Amino acid sequence: MKSNGGADNSALLNELAARIRYQTLMMVNKAKSSHVGTCFSMAELLSVLYGSILRVDPQNPEWPQRDRFILSKGHGAAALYAVLAERGFFPLDWLETFYQNGSRLAGHVTHHYLPGVEVSTGSLGHGLSIAAGMALAAKRDGETHRVVALLSDGECDEGSVWEPILFAPHHQLDNLIAIVDYNKIQSLGTVKEVMDLEPFADKWRAFGWGVREIDGHNVTEIESTLSTLPFEAGRPNCVIAHTVKGKGVSFMEDKLLWHYRTPQGEEFADALAELEAHS
Amino acid sequence: MRTAFIETLLELARLDERITLVVGDLGFGVVTTFMQELPKQFVNAGVAEQNMTGLAAGMALSGKIVFTYSIANFPVLRCLEQIRNDICYHDANVKIVSIGSGMAYGSLGITHHATEDLAIMRALPNMTLVAPNDPVEASLATRAVVAHDGPCYLRLGRGGEQTVHTSNIDFQLGKSIQVRDGSDLTLIVTGGLLQHAIGAADILSESGISARVLSMHTVSPLDNEAVLAAASETSAIFTIEEHSVVGGLGGAVAELLLEAGGPRIKFKRIGLNGTFSSIVGDQDYLRAQYGLDAVGILANIQSTLALSVSKKHAGES
Repeated sequence: MKSNGGADNSALLNELAARIRYQTLMMVNKAKSSHVGTCFSMAELLSVLYGSILRVDPQNPEWPQRDRFILSKGHGAAALYAVLAERGFFPLDWLETFYQNGSRLAGHVTHHYLPGVEVSTGSLGHGLSIAAGMALAAKRDGETHRVVALLSDGECDEGSVWEPILFAPHHQLDNLIAIVDYNKIQSLGTVKEVMDLEPFADKWRAFGWGVREIDGHNVTEIESTLSTLPFEAGRPNCVIAHTVKGKGVSFMEDKLLWHYRTPQGEEFADALAELEAHS
Repeated sequence: MRTAFIETLLELARLDERITLVVGDLGFGVVTTFMQELPKQFVNAGVAEQNMTGLAAGMALSGKIVFTYSIANFPVLRCLEQIRNDICYHDANVKIVSIGSGMAYGSLGITHHATEDLAIMRALPNMTLVAPNDPVEASLATRAVVAHDGPCYLRLGRGGEQTVHTSNIDFQLGKSIQVRDGSDLTLIVTGGLLQHAIGAADILSESGISARVLSMHTVSPLDNEAVLAAASETSAIFTIEEHSVVGGLGGAVAELLLEAGGPRIKFKRIGLNGTFSSIVGDQDYLRAQYGLDAVGILANIQSTLALSVSKKHAGES
């Protein structure tokens, strides 16, 4: 899918986001696993990245000049696997093996035997440092590819996130993009209750990043923000994407319960019906 | 050892622009020439070891041969999860260099004593552990880890170590170096205590006891062949390390010997017996306090084997 702007393109990107949610729901249901809310909150972000922004080639996943994408919030693995399969990095039927014995698809992002997965994550606070290293290596080698890391809001409690936030501007890594899926809910409560991040954008700015705050469910806004990178030259760029946990299924939206709860029985049927109605 | 390391690394880095040195704001007076001569192959990550290690993995996954560099526990324990997940799980080509192994920074206190690092790092899959015994081995180990594609831990002394190898040695990862042949017992040594083991062996030989001395510079993968040969050709094995007796060289040798089911021999791990060093003192003083100098090693061998060796000789070392 190539970006050509306009309503048609937005429709395609929304359609891909819908497929990510559908695949995720099916995977999480079958696996009886958690984290459906965190997958749904970033469906549009993944859709625009893999549908329009990232220069990647599903036929040649190791292409040296590819853009690098790191899902630092590794618990959102199902949605990443879904978009990779939808883009043709591996067969769609692999998604049915999520969590299953002998599968390639672990519950947190795992790169082994899985084309298109750049690095394995799952312990929070690792991805941005790895991304910074890739960005620095690219700069020093005169390569023009970009490195994108997608973080969760709760992840930003980790001190290790703030080390690369300090490092990247010092090295003018304007080929590095951090996106925060700011869905405002973490494991035991809202971000505000657990460990308030605000004023969040100001913190990134104070560390020297170019920052944009966007609606993380508006594909047009996401695409226009990411279509020109860096949107602020000479420094790393951060996109704070305001999102809704569980977005797309009314009874999951903005509910702490759906960080861990697994959709089964009637809840699964209701969720599926809502997703199908909207797609 | 650190001088041998940095001089060798600089020499190799001049010829291979993939080699990158990432320091955690330590190495004053040591890394300066590298930093000035090869700025594009140098990064000071600041006092931030987790980021240092994560970004090293990222650079390695982009084709670089990356060395992280700091002292004692800082490049190991502070960032252990980055080492496990980001380096080892990805089999990233990162070499972790710790300066001041064991109690080299004696008087600075236990925060600066690296005495559990071998045990912890040995448990990590894909990790090669190298703890050279003298500057000659440190230089050759630097070349060897550059040539080895994969994660390595290079555990080095602080500086000023005695050169033990005065002739050419054949240094290969995973292959010990027999410094002395012997038929009665074997001393297996890692991480800078080689000269003390040789000192103990010298005194033993004056009493007619023939001690084999092996420099086990690579703790993992262990040189199984040399250990098993020692078990069948000599009647006692002592492991010697400036490290806890738990899980390091002694642990590795013990595991091998028991599983191999070879001849029943005497075996003793010489190291720190489950203790932090709360005594203040320099490395030589602390080694003596904890029985890790030639006198202490000798005493340990004597008591284990119920030997009687003249105290006059023991006192001379």
